[in-house]
Amino acid sequence: MCKINSKEELLKLYRNVEGLLDLRKQSIAGKAKEYYISVCGGTGCTSSESLELVKELNKEILALDLKVKVKAEITGCFGFCEKGPIVKVFPDNTFYTKVKPSDAKEIIESHIRDGVIVERLLYVSPNKEIKRKQEDIDFYGKQKRIALRNCGLINPENIQESLAARAYQALANIITNKVDPMTVIAQVSASGIRGRGGAGFPTGTKWKFAAVQPKGKKYVVCNADEGDPGAFMDRSILEGDPHSVLEAMAIAGYSIGSDEGNIYIRAEYPLAVERLKIAIKQAEELGLLGDNILGTDFSFHIKIKYGAGAFVCGEETALIHSIEGTRGEPTNKPPFPAVSGLFGKPTIVNNVETFANLPIILLDGPEKYAAIGSEKSKGTKVFALAGKINNVGLVEVPMGTTLREIIYDIGGGIKNGKKFKAVQTGGPSGGCLTEKHLDTPIDYESLAAAGSMMGSGGMIVLDEDDCMPNIAKFYLEFTVEESCGKCTPCRVGNRRMLEILEKITKGEGSIEDLDRLTVLANNIKDTALCGLGQTAPNPILSTIANFKDEYLAHIVDKTCPAHACKALLNYKIKAEKCIACGMCARVCPVGAITQSTDIQGKLPNRPAYVIDLAKCIKCGSCIAACRPGAVYKD
Amino acid sequence: MSINLFLNGLPVSAEAGQTVLQVAKENNIKIPTLCYLFDKTTGLTHNPAACRVCMVEIKGRRNLAPACVTEVSEGMEILTNTQKARLARKTNLELLLSDHPKDCFVCEKSGKCELQKLSEDLGVDRLRYEGAMSKSNVPVVGTAYTRDDAKCVLCGRCVDACKQYQEIAVISATKRGFATTISGEFGLSSNEIACINCGQCVKVCPTGALLATNQTEAVFEALNDPEKYVVVHTAPSTRVSLGEEFGLPIGTNVQGKMVHALRLLGFKKIFDTNFGADLTIMEESNEFLDRVLKGTGKLPLMTSCCPGWVKYVEHYYPEFLDNLSSCKSPQGMQAALIKSYFAEKEGIDPKKIITVSIMPCIAKKFESARAELGKDGIPDNDISISVKELAVMIRKAGIQFNSLNDQTYDSLLGEGTGAADIFGNTGGVMEAVVRNAAFLIDKQETDVDIITLRGEAGITRSTLNIGGHQLKLAVASGLANAKLLLDAVKAGTESYDAIEIMACPGGCINGGGQPEHPVDVEYSDILKTRHATIRGIDKKKVHRISAQNSEIQALYKDYLKKPGSHKAHELLHTHFTKR
Repeated sequence: MCKINSKEELLKLYRNVEGLLDLRKQSIAGKAKEYYISVCGGTGCTSSESLELVKELNKEILALDLKVKVKAEITGCFGFCEKGPIVKVFPDNTFYTKVKPSDAKEIIESHIRDGVIVERLLYVSPNKEIKRKQEDIDFYGKQKRIALRNCGLINPENIQESLAARAYQALANIITNKVDPMTVIAQVSASGIRGRGGAGFPTGTKWKFAAVQPKGKKYVVCNADEGDPGAFMDRSILEGDPHSVLEAMAIAGYSIGSDEGNIYIRAEYPLAVERLKIAIKQAEELGLLGDNILGTDFSFHIKIKYGAGAFVCGEETALIHSIEGTRGEPTNKPPFPAVSGLFGKPTIVNNVETFANLPIILLDGPEKYAAIGSEKSKGTKVFALAGKINNVGLVEVPMGTTLREIIYDIGGGIKNGKKFKAVQTGGPSGGCLTEKHLDTPIDYESLAAAGSMMGSGGMIVLDEDDCMPNIAKFYLEFTVEESCGKCTPCRVGNRRMLEILEKITKGEGSIEDLDRLTVLANNIKDTALCGLGQTAPNPILSTIANFKDEYLAHIVDKTCPAHACKALLNYKIKAEKCIACGMCARVCPVGAITQSTDIQGKLPNRPAYVIDLAKCIKCGSCIAACRPGAVYKD
Repeated sequence: MSINLFLNGLPVSAEAGQTVLQVAKENNIKIPTLCYLFDKTTGLTHNPAACRVCMVEIKGRRNLAPACVTEVSEGMEILTNTQKARLARKTNLELLLSDHPKDCFVCEKSGKCELQKLSEDLGVDRLRYEGAMSKSNVPVVGTAYTRDDAKCVLCGRCVDACKQYQEIAVISATKRGFATTISGEFGLSSNEIACINCGQCVKVCPTGALLATNQTEAVFEALNDPEKYVVVHTAPSTRVSLGEEFGLPIGTNVQGKMVHALRLLGFKKIFDTNFGADLTIMEESNEFLDRVLKGTGKLPLMTSCCPGWVKYVEHYYPEFLDNLSSCKSPQGMQAALIKSYFAEKEGIDPKKIITVSIMPCIAKKFESARAELGKDGIPDNDISISVKELAVMIRKAGIQFNSLNDQTYDSLLGEGTGAADIFGNTGGVMEAVVRNAAFLIDKQETDVDIITLRGEAGITRSTLNIGGHQLKLAVASGLANAKLLLDAVKAGTESYDAIEIMACPGGCINGGGQPEHPVDVEYSDILKTRHATIRGIDKKKVHRISAQNSEIQALYKDYLKKPGSHKAHELLHTHFTKR
């Protein structure tokens, strides 16, 4: 490919390739002359053989002598991971779910050749309605996709498609018109966008700090070390729309006076790494990255740096040390990276999602973005919705949307008709919010005021079967494991809190333990060195604040109300429900279940089975095997 | 720029850039610290803000601030003694204690342990937190020092001492979270890693996690063995620091008391390693002149009396092995002569002699154990103990050190000139060599105060006219400085005729076996004072040139014939090996 040497050439190319997406922007019901099939190529769907599915689709297309033009390609994550692999057929916008490679033949023969929708692959809503189109599905109803704008639309491995989606035009406007960097930064500030990594620091302000540092070597760093358990917003963006991040990094470079960007990405994201590599190569070939971009005197090179998956390396100073090749440990701020960062040079560290928003903000004007969201939190936020919820997946909503809307309207409510108990936001650093917080609008301030935090966007829904002290313990196990070990409160304090929680969940805790736990949690919050340590007590403090009765049940009554803490429950068989089928005894790995001789079961002359509690290891196999539901937790 | 702020409600002024800790100290408030370390002499600053024991409240800040790294600002309101701040400091200390063995009764560091002192200062009266211990209490014993990970508080001082003083960085944090530990590769002992045993890590360790490997009982055992004839010799710098262990002012010269104490301990002969130092100068200046005038060896000649430096060359700069003087160190020469010259004179079987050296250094323990420093399987020097270990022995024996009157060394190997005394300071060996070389060429005493060589500034470079020869000399202390010098020589950007290097910044007076002081005593004051005492001793000596030492003259006359003789080579010279 030959290099693009000016903004005019870029726009010319844009006009040439714009049509690539035409089909995907239309909505034509019924038979069409041309089709385009998008298959989700995100990590979740590829692990369910979506890449094989693309091959199968194209094989079937070739096998049949079709009268219509049709092509199947991968695209980025649709977000509706619960129902993946997702296939979307344009221009009729039919949205197929849970598609297997073996379904390829039927899709091509029926849908493409015969014009008959494959109904069995369509989404069925919880109230049994069949939905054909993406926009008809509740999951997408309240979403607004800005950061994810191109995920599910373009093929991320083809820069032509990104260009058709107006990639690099914001960069071109800025560098070819030699816009004053301070003007660019003012626009970023005017959009109101704040750091999507969790802390919510205003992005424009951060850039300004670095921009006003004396001229010389400066760095732009993209934090792609997404570490919250269950979170995959950044991964999906990088897999689905890598050019949006690359373009924004170059803009950041221009704005602060840097010629080098580093993407710090965890090595556990091989697909994202691969797509980034392809994207960087393609952008360099076109002269959209590298030396003298678009024929200007602005040069910007992007390197990929791998992280080994340490959670603490998401903290910017630890991340910087990791890139420098030293131990990934945070250091005191100040000095802030904007003053002294990578190799002691002014550095800005922004999250993937933050970057992904910027090209479109700068292209369409900051006012448009600022019009979305709440007063202090502008724009949208991507959440990884997980837990006991019907629609697990990636959702992007305007700031200010309530938790209730996300959980019930988008998420489709609680799985298996169970009762909602809490929602955990902000990952291991966040807190658990309850029923009474459901109408809290989602923004940085409101979540913090309610005792949780935005974080990078993890959102885990808990139901009546979840034990809150146990959930707090789960998160603390994570932070104890991920603590770098540098400062005392985090290294030793978190471990001591975990030990106290272990006592409590085993029914060995005392009221004094609860007091010590609270004092310790507050101390760690007040004195730990970095964000990891300072926020580690949040799951404990928020569960104590909102679910103190559950703690007291474990401590005083020695019971686990949710029947989740193994040490505090016994598996028993309700004789009047036992049909003496013997399934429980067959699956019991330790032979703890035998048929009694004298206890009357449900059926005449069939004595009930009983569990020997002394032998029982509480694995739960029996309860899963029992069809009449005679086994219960006590 | 002067700024105004409030400390505990009272207005104070400070300079911009100062930390809360510094400003509080200037205003008579000592905020407790543990991981923090600042050494004015070398500029070593270790402030990782890791222990969180120096937390203070600052109005308007969402959480507490570590005083050691928080810079003051105009109008700042610092509160050091609120309930919240005091509780936070105490809680973090209690957390450290919850993962620390409570075996102070049997810990060698007891009484000098900073953790113990903090516990006392912060009024820890009970331990509210307990739980699993992160590391097992099994010491890893090396020849020079012993590491007990269970006692480590992860302050990281040792890591920075190794990195900043020596630029070796042979130890670092490994593993993470609760399991974090400080060690060399694979947790191996100091003998098995590329460690030079300088002991700067041991010196800065606030707890008993790093201690010189204690050999005092081995010495007592020898002293109690009727079959053994135990001889001791004391290094130049020991006399200016031992007194500190008994509460005497820093840098007090206690040579006479030390000799007396050693006699009370039961040593048969008490010699002065200063004799060995003078002898080293005789041999080394001879070697130097030979290399310069006759071209018999590589230049620059590099001193070889510092065992940390020698091992450093063996590990990191093997290309300079031939530049090292082949002379044994004063400890090596002294010990070799005790088991030959002295043994023959007194008619004692060398196998029965146990040689004990009192050293400012713990690398000397490793040097003692070098197989090449002995004869027929009998080591020249049997046991090397540090100044601190000698103090332990004196205490164990109930000797009231401060009331002892002065005694003198035994003769034959007990005389030392001022040239030997200055071995304790950086630049001293070079100065002594120059004094002697000039004396040997000119056959008369010239100016002996060669101030340009007194290398307290890290690296000192000078050109001197010695006996009509213009010689380029350099002195470095601290291996971080040595590295700069070696790399320059290697690159050919600098060239010298002789280089003196001491591994410890400031020389032996700052050795890894020297007495420690509480952190609030400035390092620079300690070094300056010890340094000055040594200069004073040298100045007062009648003889300040090694060749003037009458016992040395006798040794050559009766035994060795002349410097560099066959016999001298057999007894007083050694070789080095790439590691």
